[in-house]
Amino acid sequence: MNGDGAVEVLRAEHVTRELTGEVPVTLVKDASLAINRGEFVSIMGPSGSGKSSLLYLLGLLDMPTSGKIWLDGEEVTTLTERQIARIRLEKLGFVFQFHFLLVEFTVLDNVMLPMTKLGRLPEKEQRERAEALLADLGMADQLRKRPDQLSGGQRQRVAIARALANDPLVILADEPTGNLDSKSSANVRDILSELVHDGNKTVLAVTHDPEFARAGDRQIHIVDGRIATDGMRPD
Amino acid sequence: MPLTLKIAVTHLNSRRRQTLMSLLGVMLGVAFFMAVSSLMRGSEQDFIKRLVDSAPHITVSDEFRDAPVQPAVKQFPDGAVAISNVKPKTEVRGIRGYKQKMAYIENIPGVRVAPVLSGQIILTYAGKEQGVLMNGVVPELMSGVSDIEEKIVAGNMQALSSNPNGVIIGRALARKMNLGMDDNITVSSPVGQVRTMKIVGLFETGATAIDEGQAYVLLKRAQVLLDRPDRANMLVMQLDDPYASREVAARIEKHIGYRSRSWQEASESLLSVLLVRNIIMYSVVSAILVVASFGIYNIISTVVMEKRRDIAILKSMGFTARDVRHIFLWEGTIIGLMGSVGGLTLGYGLIWVLSTLRFQVPGVSVPIEMPVYWGLDQALIACAFAALSAMGAAYFPARKAGLVHPVDILRGQA
Repeated sequence: MNGDGAVEVLRAEHVTRELTGEVPVTLVKDASLAINRGEFVSIMGPSGSGKSSLLYLLGLLDMPTSGKIWLDGEEVTTLTERQIARIRLEKLGFVFQFHFLLVEFTVLDNVMLPMTKLGRLPEKEQRERAEALLADLGMADQLRKRPDQLSGGQRQRVAIARALANDPLVILADEPTGNLDSKSSANVRDILSELVHDGNKTVLAVTHDPEFARAGDRQIHIVDGRIATDGMRPD
Repeated sequence: MPLTLKIAVTHLNSRRRQTLMSLLGVMLGVAFFMAVSSLMRGSEQDFIKRLVDSAPHITVSDEFRDAPVQPAVKQFPDGAVAISNVKPKTEVRGIRGYKQKMAYIENIPGVRVAPVLSGQIILTYAGKEQGVLMNGVVPELMSGVSDIEEKIVAGNMQALSSNPNGVIIGRALARKMNLGMDDNITVSSPVGQVRTMKIVGLFETGATAIDEGQAYVLLKRAQVLLDRPDRANMLVMQLDDPYASREVAARIEKHIGYRSRSWQEASESLLSVLLVRNIIMYSVVSAILVVASFGIYNIISTVVMEKRRDIAILKSMGFTARDVRHIFLWEGTIIGLMGSVGGLTLGYGLIWVLSTLRFQVPGVSVPIEMPVYWGLDQALIACAFAALSAMGAAYFPARKAGLVHPVDILRGQA
């Protein structure tokens, strides 16, 4: 609990990520931030500034070279690969710029995949939940289609449904509208915004799109791997 | 169905042609393995059968494995004085008390025994002389221990009993000496006995050395001709279970003292040739399966390369390196198992085709059949080898897949 009654879900302290090699590169430098439940946070910055790298670190896809990260009150930087995989499965949902669906599986199977992996619900309930999630996103009539039979916007909605499959604490989105036309972008933006404001989810999204960023409550600007500004949306 | 298996099946299903090709590789490997193994094992069995059927399983001869210990040495085993040039006592050749020894052997279950007294004699006919090995036999007992009766092409073995002056010779010898059935020939033995005997049978084994060089007479007549009354110099045996010969031979030798040789001992060098042949055969046919496993390695490596994006997404979703590894190991296992089952069917089909083949060789009256072996053990070996090599081939790409770092893929894409 913070002082103002908000619940903190994600915290990073002095997180640095360096790539060793012939020419060492610092992707993220000394980043500290805290994100509360129900926040819609946009991470912005020029190309190559390290905003995606920060997202991968906060999404536990990558491990920091130094610094600590807490998720849901638990320090995750000390955990093993298996434990981290489990946390990703239970508490995090990802949406990427390119939809990243499994092309051999139907829309429904793609959404059911994380639930099957978690194995918490019986198969029938997994199916019902996947159908409900897809229906909420206006995909009720596309369940049996394969991803390559869908438009970009539809695929991104399937990806969002899949990210929501295990009812995660935080949804991490890496340029979710980067590959979409303006109408689909607006649609995806509205869906994520609704998840935050009506579904009490937390969304952390990297974006280039100022429109998208304006939908969020808070904007973090990254320049050269450092957090330059971090503040509420200037209304 | 585990999720990893489901994903594996979907992967294989979505590239049917590649999957089919690698399946075909394993199938052909297993099938050829089985066909070649079946032929080799079949011919080996055929060979051993011929070896075993034509010769006695155990032969007790009138000699000892080791020379008997001299009484003086027995008396003073640690004597300071060595006695040299001791000449052993002269003994009448032959198995002493062969009837008692036979009685002992007859009591062993599953063993048939017959006495034989063999020795060199000279056949004389129309001025031609031919030395042959004469076997004195008891016709009634001989049928239980030898297939010579089946090789008789004129007359029969029993004729020896009804005519004690009868002799059975090989057809090749008869042709060579211009002899026919019921002809009389002169038989002379090394001890100076000379008799006139009548040809009452002709045999043909196919082996020239035997057909030209052996003759059968009644045991009693042989004892007279060789001047060894009441002696036999061989006890020949056949067993219901030829493979027990070694043990039975050892038991008999231990009891009666005379050297008894099993067919295995007599044809040790041949059997070791068979072993070498088997080793060569199995390494060659295994090579087929190894080559097939390279095909599997290839397809799974390709799938791993193509599926790097999927691997990244599965990992970001919460799949561990182990889960990812399992997906590709499943793929190898599926190909290995399905290929084995298909190969088994194809293999038995091939064996069946081989078993129906007949070759007519010029100069041989009976067409040659392929001796095939239908045993399940070779199929199991083939399948186990195929499944293992398929899994082995899948292991390396699978391990590589497990090590895929999602961020590397995401960075490359974004």
